[in-house]
Amino acid sequence: MTFSLPRLIRPGLAAVIALVTAAAVHADEVQVAVAANFTAPIQAIAADFEKDTGHKLIAAYGATGQFYTQIKNGAPFEVFLSADDTTPQKLETEGDTVKGSRFTYAVGTLALWSAKEGYVDAKGDVLKQNAFKHLSIANPKAAPYGLAATQVLAKEGLTEKLKDKLVEGQNITQAYQFVSTGNAELGFVALSQIYKDGKVTSGSAWIVPASMHDPIKQDAVILNKGKDSAAAKALVEYLKGPKAAAVIKSYGYEL
Amino acid sequence: MPLSSADFSAIWLTIKLASLTTVILLVIGTPIALWLSRTRSWWRGPIGAVVALPLVLPPTVIGFYLLLTMGPHGYFGQFTQWLGLGTLTFSFAGLVIGSVIYSMPFVVQPLQNAFSAIGTRPLEVAATLRANPWDTFFSVILPLARPGFITASILGFAHTVGEFGVVLMIGGNIPDKTRVVSVQIYDHVEAMEYAQAHWLAGAMVVFAFLVLLALYSSRKTKMGWS
Repeated sequence: MTFSLPRLIRPGLAAVIALVTAAAVHADEVQVAVAANFTAPIQAIAADFEKDTGHKLIAAYGATGQFYTQIKNGAPFEVFLSADDTTPQKLETEGDTVKGSRFTYAVGTLALWSAKEGYVDAKGDVLKQNAFKHLSIANPKAAPYGLAATQVLAKEGLTEKLKDKLVEGQNITQAYQFVSTGNAELGFVALSQIYKDGKVTSGSAWIVPASMHDPIKQDAVILNKGKDSAAAKALVEYLKGPKAAAVIKSYGYEL
Repeated sequence: MPLSSADFSAIWLTIKLASLTTVILLVIGTPIALWLSRTRSWWRGPIGAVVALPLVLPPTVIGFYLLLTMGPHGYFGQFTQWLGLGTLTFSFAGLVIGSVIYSMPFVVQPLQNAFSAIGTRPLEVAATLRANPWDTFFSVILPLARPGFITASILGFAHTVGEFGVVLMIGGNIPDKTRVVSVQIYDHVEAMEYAQAHWLAGAMVVFAFLVLLALYSSRKTKMGWS
């Protein structure tokens, strides 16, 4: 039996193309870029959304600044759930979104958290006592929760004092990870990461009053890639609905 | 000036990290490579495989285990706390340890190949001339394996400069301690500071090319590194 190369190339190529395009989006799927702090809620929402509408939600989790770069460079996302409101606004003015689709889907709450029980007091005085070695925050240049954390420190007059104790995660997930592994005694995280059904799930936390930092308004937009997608529109409508709102609130967000 | 002072301190830190890592790796890598090239022990396979692990493992795996083992609940973390050093995550010392593990095969393998290429004959001759093991090492092995040492140093240094994932996972992005160039570039991109990202990233491309150019141009002997 002999194989001729050209005869093999064509079916081979066809198989490769089939494999590649099989990974592409079907009409009833929606690809969503989700801010890291919203990971747990969107997973809960996705299950309901898929059951109620029949559409499938495919989520990617990451830092907002990173998503901006990816979207500007042709990422296949149809909906973007940002951790802030400025990035979706920027995409909107740059013509990368569907006009009029931007809305605030959640307002984030910041929490000072330790994996140790009883370590963080209800007023956050642990910060002033300054008996820890590492305070974990998200990168303030790229993550809104990190920026809010630096605003809280400034308001408490602790910026200079704690400067050498700050460790930065690249996004809020990593800020959480440093604390949960005990490498940092405490850190500023998103309440949604440590909160379920009205209470803190583990360790100890100070829920930072919203008045201590700029509001963490988290906006969503439909991107140009989702212009004609029914699933993208359905997801946005679903996020505005009462069922999603209940889930979002149960993770400690305001609406 | 396109590069900020923060960029320059990241560059300086990277050079410091890579230099220290390379020196440490040459010191501990040489006996390991020598042993691997000479031994007939059953352990040769397993030890060689362990040394080569970082070639295959994603940096996230190394970073994840370092974060856990160097942390306050990990074995190594408890050991360093017992020594009174505290934990080594978020510290320059921690990055050095991570880099030594991560760049190990890039130093050990070229050395091992260089030692193997010497063969047993020169060592037997040295022994008949009553050279003690130290004499043999410094007067016979070291000069003969010189190209291997050069390759190992260049690759160890360059690979540490190119390190990202491990640093990201255990570093905590602290200026002058753990914020190396690769992390600084990532930061610039995330903060949408593309111009600064370009300058640093471009400099890295030039650096990497020059290093490899030096490596490939200098390799006149058959002494390979892979």
